[in-house]
Amino acid sequence: MTAGLWQHWVLPGIWITLQLTVYSSALAAVVAFGVGLARTHRSRLVRFLAAAYTEIFRGTSALVLMFWLFFVLPPLAGWQLVPMWAAVLALGLSYGAYGAEIVRGALNSVAPAQREAGIALSLTPWQRLRLVLLPQAVPEMIPPFCNLLVELLKGTALVSLLGVGDVSFAAYLVRLATQDSAQIYSVTLVIYFVLAFAITRGMKALERRTKANLGVSTP
Amino acid sequence: MNWDWSAVWDFMPRFGDGVLTTLQILALGSLISFSLGLVWALAFRAPSRFVRWPVNLITEFIRTTPLLVQLFFLFFVLPEWGVKFSALTTGILAIGLHYSTYTAQVYRAGIDAVPKGQWEAATALSLPAHRTWFAVILPQAVRRIAPALGNYVISMLKDTPLLAGISVLEMLQQSRLAGASTFQYTEPLTVVGVAFILIAYPASLFVRSLERRLVR
Repeated sequence: MTAGLWQHWVLPGIWITLQLTVYSSALAAVVAFGVGLARTHRSRLVRFLAAAYTEIFRGTSALVLMFWLFFVLPPLAGWQLVPMWAAVLALGLSYGAYGAEIVRGALNSVAPAQREAGIALSLTPWQRLRLVLLPQAVPEMIPPFCNLLVELLKGTALVSLLGVGDVSFAAYLVRLATQDSAQIYSVTLVIYFVLAFAITRGMKALERRTKANLGVSTP
Repeated sequence: MNWDWSAVWDFMPRFGDGVLTTLQILALGSLISFSLGLVWALAFRAPSRFVRWPVNLITEFIRTTPLLVQLFFLFFVLPEWGVKFSALTTGILAIGLHYSTYTAQVYRAGIDAVPKGQWEAATALSLPAHRTWFAVILPQAVRRIAPALGNYVISMLKDTPLLAGISVLEMLQQSRLAGASTFQYTEPLTVVGVAFILIAYPASLFVRSLERRLVR
């Protein structure tokens, strides 16, 4: 593989993959907290809508959703998304639905007495959430969020089928140029492995920090 | 924007073929991942660390890299090594191999959850190793992990469209072909999206009921 291939395709591809991961995980985090909190809401209608959202977006395949946003939404809505943003939208919405289940599970795992104590101290619902529930729920969320983030990183490879120039797409081009599949695809797999390893390490550190804030030491 | 029902009916024959291919991938992929996952899980407990380390590294590597890139790897590299499979076979092997690394973790957790007394009882009865595994440990482990395995079958279903990337004629690829020949992408793609929800949602309800019944 020549230096030119690296410089023009593979390295920008890695950059696109990183951007996709960051943008879609930001969107997924917003969706996850929004929908996850809605699932513990007082009103039955809100709970139902949030549950319907998670079931629909967890039920369908991220790739099909991506194709749908790319090919069906433009004639339907009259405007077209740049492929990159169609991809971010699809990844963020579907992984957000998985994240919502994590948020809901973690909120439910906080001891009920904590919520009752918050009510007894006449904290407003928002104060209760911010000062009592979330600080205890967030450390519980981090390990499953770490797995989800690795899944999302792997999910970004799907965008190469839509022609976004991420590292998988670069691999495809390099294969066409060099006629040597084994080399470039091995390199690509190692790149993803290293990125995923960095994510797991980062999340471990974050988990230690948030648990230390609670006065709990991690084994 | 107008929805054209005739395009939906025109898509139905292709859609039927696509559903059958998807279910075939799902059945064979599950079979491979369940059996290979058990092999990995037993290798995790091998007495020699020269077995445990490489197996841990390989499964971790397969688990944290994208299935799509693995598909392309097998699809392009195997022929270079002189192994020629059809796209469908390559896809089934790739998806089975990928998910076997997930099921291996599930088996591992299930085996670890079997109470220690069961192992001790098997030793006390001086059961041979294969009887200990197949008559004592695995039946108890499988009961606990059946719902988790079911969840992975559902995720595998949602990953089958990736095989469209290597031109396997499953549901998504059928809808792309239908769109390419009629210039109507809206209807076929929507049908496929809805079909996934219609298969996955009842399946997840089934897994949840399984969970209530088996895991105590």
